[in-house]
Amino acid sequence: MSPADTAKPAKAASKAASKSAPKKVAKAKSAVPKVKKTEPKAKKAVAKTRKAVAPQFKAGQSLDIDDHQITVGKSFSDNAKMTMRNIDVYYGDKQAIHNVSIDIAKNEVMAMIGPSGCGKSTFLRTLNRMNDTVEGCRVEGDICMDGENLYAPKLDVVELRARVGMVFQKPNPFPKSIYENVAYGPKIHGLADSRVDLDEIVENSLRKASLWEEVKERLHQPGTGLSGGQQQRLCIARAIAVSPEVILMDEPCSALDPIATAKIEELIEELSENFTIAIVTHSMQQAARVSHRTAYFHLGKLIEVNPTEQVFTMPEHQLTEAYITGRFG
Amino acid sequence: MQATNILLLLFGLGVLAFYLGRGRSLAIAAPLGGIRKLHSLPSYYGMHTAFWCALPSLILLALWMIFDDPVINSMVIGAAAAEIAPSDTASYNLLLNKIGNLADGVLPRAGQTGPLLAAADHMVSLRQISRWSLTLLALVFSAAGLVLGLSRVASGFRARPAVEKVMQNLLLACACLAIFTTLGIVLSVLFESIQFFRSVPVTDFVFGLDWSPQTAIREDQVGSSGSFGAVPLFVGTLLVSAVAMLVAVPVGLMSAIYLAEYASKRIRTFAKPALEVLAGIPTVVYGFFAALTVAPYLRDLGSSFGLTVSSESALAAGGVMGIMIIPFISSLADDVITAVPQSMRDGSLAMGATHSETVRRVVIPAALPGIVGGIMLAVSRAIGETMIVVMAAGLAAKLTANPLDSVTTVTVQIVTLLTGDQEFDSPKTLAAFALGLMLFVVTLLLNIFALHIVKKYREQYE
Repeated sequence: MSPADTAKPAKAASKAASKSAPKKVAKAKSAVPKVKKTEPKAKKAVAKTRKAVAPQFKAGQSLDIDDHQITVGKSFSDNAKMTMRNIDVYYGDKQAIHNVSIDIAKNEVMAMIGPSGCGKSTFLRTLNRMNDTVEGCRVEGDICMDGENLYAPKLDVVELRARVGMVFQKPNPFPKSIYENVAYGPKIHGLADSRVDLDEIVENSLRKASLWEEVKERLHQPGTGLSGGQQQRLCIARAIAVSPEVILMDEPCSALDPIATAKIEELIEELSENFTIAIVTHSMQQAARVSHRTAYFHLGKLIEVNPTEQVFTMPEHQLTEAYITGRFG
Repeated sequence: MQATNILLLLFGLGVLAFYLGRGRSLAIAAPLGGIRKLHSLPSYYGMHTAFWCALPSLILLALWMIFDDPVINSMVIGAAAAEIAPSDTASYNLLLNKIGNLADGVLPRAGQTGPLLAAADHMVSLRQISRWSLTLLALVFSAAGLVLGLSRVASGFRARPAVEKVMQNLLLACACLAIFTTLGIVLSVLFESIQFFRSVPVTDFVFGLDWSPQTAIREDQVGSSGSFGAVPLFVGTLLVSAVAMLVAVPVGLMSAIYLAEYASKRIRTFAKPALEVLAGIPTVVYGFFAALTVAPYLRDLGSSFGLTVSSESALAAGGVMGIMIIPFISSLADDVITAVPQSMRDGSLAMGATHSETVRRVVIPAALPGIVGGIMLAVSRAIGETMIVVMAAGLAAKLTANPLDSVTTVTVQIVTLLTGDQEFDSPKTLAAFALGLMLFVVTLLLNIFALHIVKKYREQYE
């Protein structure tokens, strides 16, 4: 089959779909002359080999998401902690993530941005298999951490989640004391041999989450009595108490005021010395402030991955540019 | 006219007033340019007129019905001839009864004395007058209300807040009705109990260890004085309830956890209603199930182990009662467990906790107040349950903690004390009220205790 043969049905399909595409996108499309040339087969070849990073920069770009085939930029890393290849996620019949391949490097802060419903949270939740709890959710593709496939049948989900911690959008401390909140994970995983050990773990975790000074006098009061920002830091302390290797953060500051947000952001920077962090955020400024690399998602597809500075100054893809300049999203 | 007829008439008038008021508001609105020129919708004007028409008469009717009989009675007795005038309350009531029966025609007039007949005739005529004046007054009130209500319909009149105020008061009245009924029941039980405690000292009742309420009717009969020690009854009640809770709490709670946390949607839609069917079985059916199936089975099982199990045992009654209570606990616990936010579970799962660890360490503690509430409700239900114990637990008031023995409960004794013909001034009958009062106090204390527990251990999420 020659490229010319495959281009035709692709074009027809894109025309049919563009009717239902968002209006803003459609408008932008007419404004920019379309460069339409894709090699549908190429994506698999690129994705299969990690080192074969040969993104076709300006080629294959279009503001029409249906034409999008290849992630532009530097998706892969030599020092990868987690490697994701050809990830598809389905909710029942609906496909939420389309063929995403990306690496997250050791001790890196990776930000994931994109308009609402673009699948960035779904993608994040595949990394510690939290999607298992959602009925009808199906993940295809390879996700490896240190070369170990996370979706292998013999893998222990419980152990995985201890290695990949998660912080949620809304602070969700357990209705227990501050101490019990942090001690929850260590107790479950038997990390402390004695009460003294446990005290130490709790104190260290709270210190790392820069919450210790604020709560050391009231460790045995309910965690739900803290302010929103403190609660979120408590959740971070809870997550790092089991010494995970990776921390996933799903819009950790969206329920917080600017001061609490600043504290969390500061914390993320400190944590990146010891942990690998993947953070989903709606705030582009936040992504620019805290992350080393930024991934832009659009309608379930990964459009661009590049060093954060580059994404916000010279984005490679027109869709990314359109998003960060506020043309939509 | 009869009160029922007046009620129907008032209802009809109210409906009429509604349409008149509505029509009038429409008529007012038409020249102004449609109903948007009115302050409220036409139906509010209609409602307002209907309230004016019906409510004053209804209040009058209610008051009249409360004070009607006492006033007529006292008038009749006051006017009665001196030779039949009553000397004390007992004979007063007797006389009133007699006159009332004569007036109603229940008692044949033949063979009654002249003054009695005269009093009865007096009563009949007074009742007639009362009825007619009530009808007349009600109609006058309604008509006046209707005219007043209609005259108030105007484009600027704020009918909507007025109607809503009335509605609000109606809701308040309904709430008060429930409270006053409770109060009335408590007071009536209390007064009868006080009468009982005149003949039996409170301490004997509350701390007495012997219960045999059979007092003789005549002085010369054997066993002329009963003993009213309530302790064996309460011990029996607590024993049966404890057995019931031992069955119901674990089973109910665990089935709730299964339904809320593990069951797939399909199983849930089938299993939950199936469990709740248990709550729909009449207690009398549970009763004979306990008495005819479970109790003999337990007796045979016990004898095969070399245990003597009474054929009416606390175990049988309590066990079956426990089965009956399962849906209470499971349904309430299921609701509160489902109400625990998903974010709690996600938080725990993301820490690497297994599903069951999450349930044990996070979900159950968060749902605890609701669960305890459900259990306490079930305890109250168990203590107050009657039918099963009447049939399966027996009547012998034994002071025992052995669930294999036959015991009796407070409710069973109340039933036996009050069924059949009873004289209402003997301690034997009045003891039922004292038992009822004490039962009420015990359940009240339990509820307060439960509320306290819930407050203390509440783990608030949010």
